[in-house]
Amino acid sequence: MNLSKRARRALGAFSGLVLLILYIPLLVVLVNSFNPAKTFSWPPTGFSTKWWSRAIANEGVRTAFVTSVKAGLGATSIALLLGTMAAFAVARYTFFGREAISLLVILPIALPGIVTGIALNSAFTTFLKPFGIGFGLFTVIVGHATFCIVVVYNNVLARLRRVGATLEEASGDLGANTFQTFRYVTFPTIRSSLVAGALLAFALSFDEIVVTTFTSGASIKTLPQWIFDNLFRPNQAPVINVVAACLIVAFALPVWLSQRLSDGAAAGGRI
Amino acid sequence: MLWLVVAYLGSLIVMFVAAFWSTNDFTGALVRKFTTNNFHTLITESVYRTIAVRSIVVASIVTIVDAVVAIPIAFFMAKILSPRWRRIMVALVLLPLWASYLVKAYAWRTIFSEGGVLAWVASPFNIHTPGYGLGATTAVLAYLWLPYMILPVFAGLERLPDSLLDASSDLGANAWRTFRTIVLPITYPAFIAGSIFTFSLSMGDYIIVKIVGGKSQLFANVVYDNIGTAGNLPFAAAAAMVPVVTIIAYLLMVRRSGALDNL
Repeated sequence: MNLSKRARRALGAFSGLVLLILYIPLLVVLVNSFNPAKTFSWPPTGFSTKWWSRAIANEGVRTAFVTSVKAGLGATSIALLLGTMAAFAVARYTFFGREAISLLVILPIALPGIVTGIALNSAFTTFLKPFGIGFGLFTVIVGHATFCIVVVYNNVLARLRRVGATLEEASGDLGANTFQTFRYVTFPTIRSSLVAGALLAFALSFDEIVVTTFTSGASIKTLPQWIFDNLFRPNQAPVINVVAACLIVAFALPVWLSQRLSDGAAAGGRI
Repeated sequence: MLWLVVAYLGSLIVMFVAAFWSTNDFTGALVRKFTTNNFHTLITESVYRTIAVRSIVVASIVTIVDAVVAIPIAFFMAKILSPRWRRIMVALVLLPLWASYLVKAYAWRTIFSEGGVLAWVASPFNIHTPGYGLGATTAVLAYLWLPYMILPVFAGLERLPDSLLDASSDLGANAWRTFRTIVLPITYPAFIAGSIFTFSLSMGDYIIVKIVGGKSQLFANVVYDNIGTAGNLPFAAAAAMVPVVTIIAYLLMVRRSGALDNL
């Protein structure tokens, strides 16, 4: 299309500006974590790493971090297992209700988190309380797994569709049994998509707050919950800054990795 | 699979049923008896109507702002950049999407706060910054969901063959006319696909309001406050129906455009 040079330049400048706006808030947090001031002030008054050491020594942060890691690992394992199974079912077999399943998997990320949260909350209070299972790590893991399934599912399904079933059929024709086929043919082809899905699922679970709020109860606290609780306490602000800065850096890595490993299916959004 | 059916659909059904229960005024215990009181309160109390309308307006503004920003940038990515730079741009747009939601919200809190970045930028010009409030909420929501709008519109534009644009200009249309009569109609389904995300995500958000919203609440806050501080699960469940119904209504409204096939 023959756009004038000026129009091209204007579009380019506009796009650059939007990108800048996308990244400025993240940079502000990063820079501010080295700000020695106790209350928030901009521009920073100097350079100091004292809040970093303070944050690392903070008991609440450490406990919350460990809880988050546990919840993330639990939810990711469940999501890996169920997401892969669902993807296989949808990609390799035809059965009644196949379309319904692909819709069902997407629903937890299509509906607002607060709806999922309340739905799980009311289900847990109604069904689990009578059995003596209260809110805690278990309910958080179940809650997270419901929306983590979809990222694993998307990644594995994209891979399975691209590879096709011919390799598995060939393996069967050559005399391999089902287990051997899975071990030597199917698993190696989907391995990298599993890793990508798992990384994204973990990142999702680690970051999630809404569903967590409704499923965690009073006994445990994940890292995002800790941040949210301390957000309104002025003397915790510098520590939050550091935690937030860590999260920004820690997030860039797995996402970048999973982008390389997946077929671009990672774009599937959420919240 | 059973997991999702039981854990998720089951939960949704329980929530729906719970919306018709009530709590004992005195003890706060659940009373499992069918009543439509919750919905009655929702409809008759004017405060809930105000908040519902405010939420829908905010969600619509967020959607429109995102579309206005996303269409030029998506066009630039799809039609002007070289393939190599295009890939880099897509990655650059995607990356903030995965940065922690709470961290981004927090970052904006520091930007909008008194003595924050925005106040610092505005002070030489003697502009008074509005601080926390509905405006800040709308801006942050638009910021958060922008990639959800850019990506579908970009994907839609990428499928649009260049020859169409060339043909239009060969036939004598100027750039603006080509944009209006060729590009816009073709991006429309992609815009709808993106708007489903921006609209429904905005409808369901209460965290941003808490962080930068000041006093003006959105509907999800009604839900949250009822379950959090008041412990009134049935009323919260009934209130949660409002965003759900709004989103479903929106989905039905846009289904005719065929955008749902593009999701």
